[in-house]
Amino acid sequence: MITASVVTLFSLGFVSAGVLAVASKVLYVEEDPRIEVVTEALPGANCGGCGFAGCEAYAAAVINDPDVPPNKCCAGGPDVAAKVAELTGKAAGDSDPQVAFRRCVKVEGNVAKKFEYFGIQSCAAAKLVQDGPDACKYSCLGFGDCVRACPFDAMWIEGGLVHIAPDKCTSCGTCVRTCPNSILELIPRRARVMVFCSSQDKGKAVKDVCDAGCISCGACIKKCPAQCISMVDERIFIDHKACLAYGPSCEEVCVEKCPRNILRCLNPDLIAAAPETEPARYPEESHVADLNA
Amino acid sequence: MEIFLLFISAIFVNNIVLAQYLGNCPYLGCSKEKGVAFGMGAAVIFVTIMATLFTHIIQQYVLVTFHLAYLQTIVFILVIAALVQFVEMFLKKMVPPLYKSLGIFLPLITTNCAVLGVAILVQRKEYDLFTSVLYAIAAAAGFLLALILMAGIRERFEITRIPRSMRGVPIGLVMAGLMSLAFMAFKGMIA
Ligand code: SF4
Ligand code: SF4
Repeated sequence: MITASVVTLFSLGFVSAGVLAVASKVLYVEEDPRIEVVTEALPGANCGGCGFAGCEAYAAAVINDPDVPPNKCCAGGPDVAAKVAELTGKAAGDSDPQVAFRRCVKVEGNVAKKFEYFGIQSCAAAKLVQDGPDACKYSCLGFGDCVRACPFDAMWIEGGLVHIAPDKCTSCGTCVRTCPNSILELIPRRARVMVFCSSQDKGKAVKDVCDAGCISCGACIKKCPAQCISMVDERIFIDHKACLAYGPSCEEVCVEKCPRNILRCLNPDLIAAAPETEPARYPEESHVADLNA
Repeated sequence: MEIFLLFISAIFVNNIVLAQYLGNCPYLGCSKEKGVAFGMGAAVIFVTIMATLFTHIIQQYVLVTFHLAYLQTIVFILVIAALVQFVEMFLKKMVPPLYKSLGIFLPLITTNCAVLGVAILVQRKEYDLFTSVLYAIAAAAGFLLALILMAGIRERFEITRIPRSMRGVPIGLVMAGLMSLAFMAFKGMIA
């Protein structure tokens, strides 16, 4: 009995293996060996920041598709971009490194609590209960969904607000996709001006709930000589590319004109270059290296 | 007439996914887009037919002849695994786009209990070779039908407001349950 079973199974296995061996020879598909090399060069975080399903998918795309640039991997940064460019023979282009940024200063704004929330300690869950416990429904909820989502340990919660360590952030954008209030965004590391509010409410409504929020007065839009500030749904957007291209000659008038001080320039390089006479504009920002303090 | 009834019962009344609860993971995993669902369904039809054919022959001429019927499960799994490997190679060579869109789910047909389920069911029902293959076609078509219906519904989910906690698999499972209930209406039509 045992012999018969063993022999039967063995021969069946043997026949299948034989057929598969032949098939693998006949149906052999040649795969580009470069795909493996490029995949090796990528960080292997599989974070999806490049817009492809994973590192391997990006490697295949960058090799096979002439339109896919070599600098898509944000986790790898310029080094990886240079390597991929070398391996694929594509021009590296200037990859403008980005960083995640929190558009909210609810602590400064004394945002009140609508109610005490005792539910699941997650932003997504809290958001489901009447748009969250904060009086402002666009504020950072502070339960740290993004912190848990960040694959690079670059975020933490402090005083009910999320903070981001720019040196650890690879701009993969995972947190941006996670935040239920869309208050996180990726901005260029060199960005000159940042907006610290993401409310979509009208001026009066914002004033009612927050001392610091954007009141949609539009002063910055009118003043910007490069016309790179716009308002969509009562939310200020800065075209960082145009802003950087315009250069320092405007002396960041928008920052000066904002009556609520929600436009700020915290870039350490710019601050170092700025004239000594103006330290008052960044009073509490002693630790300027943290762009999101 | 009998064959017609066999088809109707395998597709609607005893639908392999919705009434017998086999092959649930590809049913949920591959039903996000109609294109992929169709590819998966087609691959399953192909593998099921081949598997039923081969396992039937092996059962009748090897296992029964040598009184080794108790080896049925392990032998069937072996045959199906080899077949799936073969289909994978075949698709990679002949239909690369389909191969890519099926991705990880193609090797998973190996562990698709619907395929093994059909192979074992036809042995239990003691169908002859011809009827077995017909049943395999019908059952796999039922699988395809369930998959495409599901994909159609889930494509609509994309433009529907669903609470965040329910998005993805949770709402998929609820839908699967509801569809099962709907298919229960066919029960009793044919024995
Ligand atoms: S940034 Fe968004 S996800 Fe992170 S704590 Fe604040 S509200 Fe929550
Ligand atoms: S902080 Fe956000 S963007 Fe930066 S690495 Fe973490 S998840 Fe990615």
